[in-house]
Amino acid sequence: MTAAQPDGTAGGAGTGADGAGRDGGAVGDGGVGRDGGVGRDGGVVGAGGRSLLQARGLAKTFRGDGHGVPAVRGIDLQLSHGEFVAVTGPSGSGKSTLLHMLGGLEPPTSGEIWLDGRRVDGLSQAQWAVLRRRHIGFVFQFFNLVTNMTVADNVELAALMGGQNRRQARQRRVELLTELGLAGKADAAPSRLSGGEQQRVALARALANRPSLLLADEPTGNLDSAASRIVLRLIDHAHAEGQAILLVTHDARIAAAADRVISLFDGMIADDAVLAEPARTPDMVPSVLRLSG
Amino acid sequence: MRMPLLALLAKEPAHGYELKTQLEQIFGEAYPSPNIGQIYVTLQRLERDGLVRSQDVVQATRPNKRVYELTAAGREALASWVDRPSEGPRIRDDFFMKLVLSQSAGSTDRMGLLNRQRRHYLGQMRGLSSLAASATKPIERLLIEGAMLHLQADLDWLQRCQEELL
Repeated sequence: MTAAQPDGTAGGAGTGADGAGRDGGAVGDGGVGRDGGVGRDGGVVGAGGRSLLQARGLAKTFRGDGHGVPAVRGIDLQLSHGEFVAVTGPSGSGKSTLLHMLGGLEPPTSGEIWLDGRRVDGLSQAQWAVLRRRHIGFVFQFFNLVTNMTVADNVELAALMGGQNRRQARQRRVELLTELGLAGKADAAPSRLSGGEQQRVALARALANRPSLLLADEPTGNLDSAASRIVLRLIDHAHAEGQAILLVTHDARIAAAADRVISLFDGMIADDAVLAEPARTPDMVPSVLRLSG
Repeated sequence: MRMPLLALLAKEPAHGYELKTQLEQIFGEAYPSPNIGQIYVTLQRLERDGLVRSQDVVQATRPNKRVYELTAAGREALASWVDRPSEGPRIRDDFFMKLVLSQSAGSTDRMGLLNRQRRHYLGQMRGLSSLAASATKPIERLLIEGAMLHLQADLDWLQRCQEELL
């Protein structure tokens, strides 16, 4: 079940593994349709294609007034070491709930989560906190920075808690804030920053430890297009360094940079598409770019 | 491409090949390079319509070249084109037709239709990102960014179709 089946053929123009992902999602009952299929998971895999994160039959039902409201209804997914996966879908399709369960912020109602070969869905909050400190970077939709610490300390604290010494933490902080265009704001309080700047600090904090897994919820949700490009560059950089990334986004530019794009609908996987290498043939250029008139 | 040619000729008279080179220099990779035959045909039509006129210039060591210049009517047509608001790109009605009519066409898999279309757009977005990464001129980058924003809207709209129709 964990073994990826690299088929090496990502397919043409974004149509890799056509159909397989959709059927797997529609079944949504424990991955029979998925893993028995055509090796969809194998299209683009990280180092050796080892599974870093795996969810099996993951479900979450919130208690409403008297009856349960299902937010996630049976999701199977597998993320390899170093793989970059984007999750999209309409609001209410379960994206954030899925991410929160995978980061241990929300216990699943049923199903299993495996991280690097270890089952983690039953861990206590304290155990999850240790896991996040060492292995998982999490970027929330609403930054969650420590308000009475400077920007620099917010980032350095994460590095220190991840086990780096003071010098390393400081060096990593300088490196990240510089890359994000925030070196000049190191000594400011988060509240003095714009929403977009705070979002970038949150990303720097999440990456401070070089976590093997980065989970991010709309990391460009509050950003203008110039700031989005900076964030995308940093995410690309983290991806190139071998960090696995699972992020929820509405931003198609971010999604298009991923190895795979999972589309959620109604709490289930509607599509799981391996994106092909960008083709530069003229017909890849959308018609909006053609001279007309 | 009538109007772009008129606009270039408004600056100074030129022959067909010069116009092709100028278009390439201005737009870079953002536009597929125009075919020289297409440029000559367009110039002939513009001349027939009285918007440009041409004359052969004798060259000592090469064949004569035909140099085009704008007429007063051409200048007027150009000014009215510049002043007029342009239509935006229309909604992609071909896909919408497919989606709405898929059932009567014998396909019951609307989700599959939406998924394939999304993959296609994401593939295009990937192509544009790679184009943007190598763009060197601000003009190129702006045009590519415009195309990306349109694609983003198309993807958002697919999601709306999914919410309403499935």
